[in-house]
Amino acid sequence: MSDIKIKITDRDGVLHEVDAPTDMNMNLMEVVRTYELAPEGTIGICGGMAMCASCQCYVKSDHELPEKSDDEEAMLAEAFFVEDNSRLGCQIHISPELEGLEVELAPEEQ
Amino acid sequence: MIKTDILIIGAGPTGLFTVFEAGLLQLKCHLIDALPQPGGQCAEIYPKKPIYDIPGFPEVLAGELVDNLMDQIKPFQPGFTLGERADAIEKLEDGSFVVTTNKGTKHNAPIVAIAGGLGSFEPRKPLLDNLSKFEDKGVAYMIKEPEVYRDKKVLIAGGGDSALDWSIFLADVASEVTLVHRRNEFRGALDSVEKVQQLKNQGKINLITPAEVVQLRGDDKLSGIVVRKTDNSEEIDLEVDNFIPLFGLSPKLGPISEWGLEIEKNAIKVDNTLDYQTNIPGIYAIGDINTYPGKLKLILCGFHEATLMCQSAYQRIHPDKKYVMKYTTVGGVTGFDGSKKEAPKAVVKAIE
Repeated sequence: MSDIKIKITDRDGVLHEVDAPTDMNMNLMEVVRTYELAPEGTIGICGGMAMCASCQCYVKSDHELPEKSDDEEAMLAEAFFVEDNSRLGCQIHISPELEGLEVELAPEEQ
Repeated sequence: MIKTDILIIGAGPTGLFTVFEAGLLQLKCHLIDALPQPGGQCAEIYPKKPIYDIPGFPEVLAGELVDNLMDQIKPFQPGFTLGERADAIEKLEDGSFVVTTNKGTKHNAPIVAIAGGLGSFEPRKPLLDNLSKFEDKGVAYMIKEPEVYRDKKVLIAGGGDSALDWSIFLADVASEVTLVHRRNEFRGALDSVEKVQQLKNQGKINLITPAEVVQLRGDDKLSGIVVRKTDNSEEIDLEVDNFIPLFGLSPKLGPISEWGLEIEKNAIKVDNTLDYQTNIPGIYAIGDINTYPGKLKLILCGFHEATLMCQSAYQRIHPDKKYVMKYTTVGGVTGFDGSKKEAPKAVVKAIE
């Protein structure tokens, strides 16, 4: 079992430093749900298929992340509150290179 | 008033399979869904995605699963109220319920099964000042009557299939069609993308990309829109009669959350030791919309919940009857339409 540390700022601006396992095929959206940093039903609505933007987050650290897939690009093009550093959490696979990653959850869409 | 035995709210896989299990018990079902077609998320969000954990199907597309379920429940002749959202519930003196939709359609049943998944799908609205002020005064989130747009100046925003398809359709109806999208690339069927390209070349669609709508103008009704190009920040002021943002749908628990049901984590609490009944006797919640210790939001769990729920519903409707479970391999399936499916009889014949 190998964990990395990730800093996640929730939608209320509260910072959480959490351990995320790299050996459980998890993505960032699932980490947020595991620690219940956003209420169920407000994040990961499509289940992680890049088909909603409920897990949108802003990447604050300068980690090199995997490139956006066409699906993620397209979804972010239709999402709201999008910034240059926006990513979909469900498309960020937890791997050892992400040690120290810092992200902030985007606001919930109304 | 539509009358039935089990009123199912939500026509996703769990709601559809409920019709089958209820049918085996000779109970009739009617389904309400806010979407215009049955299938729920499987049909609306990911019809082309494969699912790998439906027992007995190593791989099945979500859309195919819905088609199969519709086929499986056909003998039980379910009724559908589609494109309407269940808004209000009322309990009558005889213990049955009346559920009324946002369009006023009334349904009466002794049992209500909420199989609403994540809630009803509502259009995603862009963040613009004044947007709500112009709703029904030039702004609409779905197109119901295309004729409304005849000889009008229409602006459509969005980059998916519906934005493309409606731009193509309205190019022949409206006097002007402008399509605005935040990227140069569109996510849609290849045919539609090519058709829009063609119409753009012919000057029938005014395409503005990459760009977004930043401002709405008008007094009593919408009269103009400011579009900003995202590459060079150039602002374009357009005279527009109608604005149709097509940014897809997102689910909302909505009015069901005000029915007096116990809610936890955006889901309805149920009794998982017995029959998935809510805190209101006669109202059940099954599939992704319910919660209990150890809940998993999986289609296969919804099927199981639907099956047990129907047994409980049968007991409520027929308190004096004792039901003995019959395997479909033994009893076959007798539809309300008179159809009968059963195992072929083995032949008893001596071999000489």
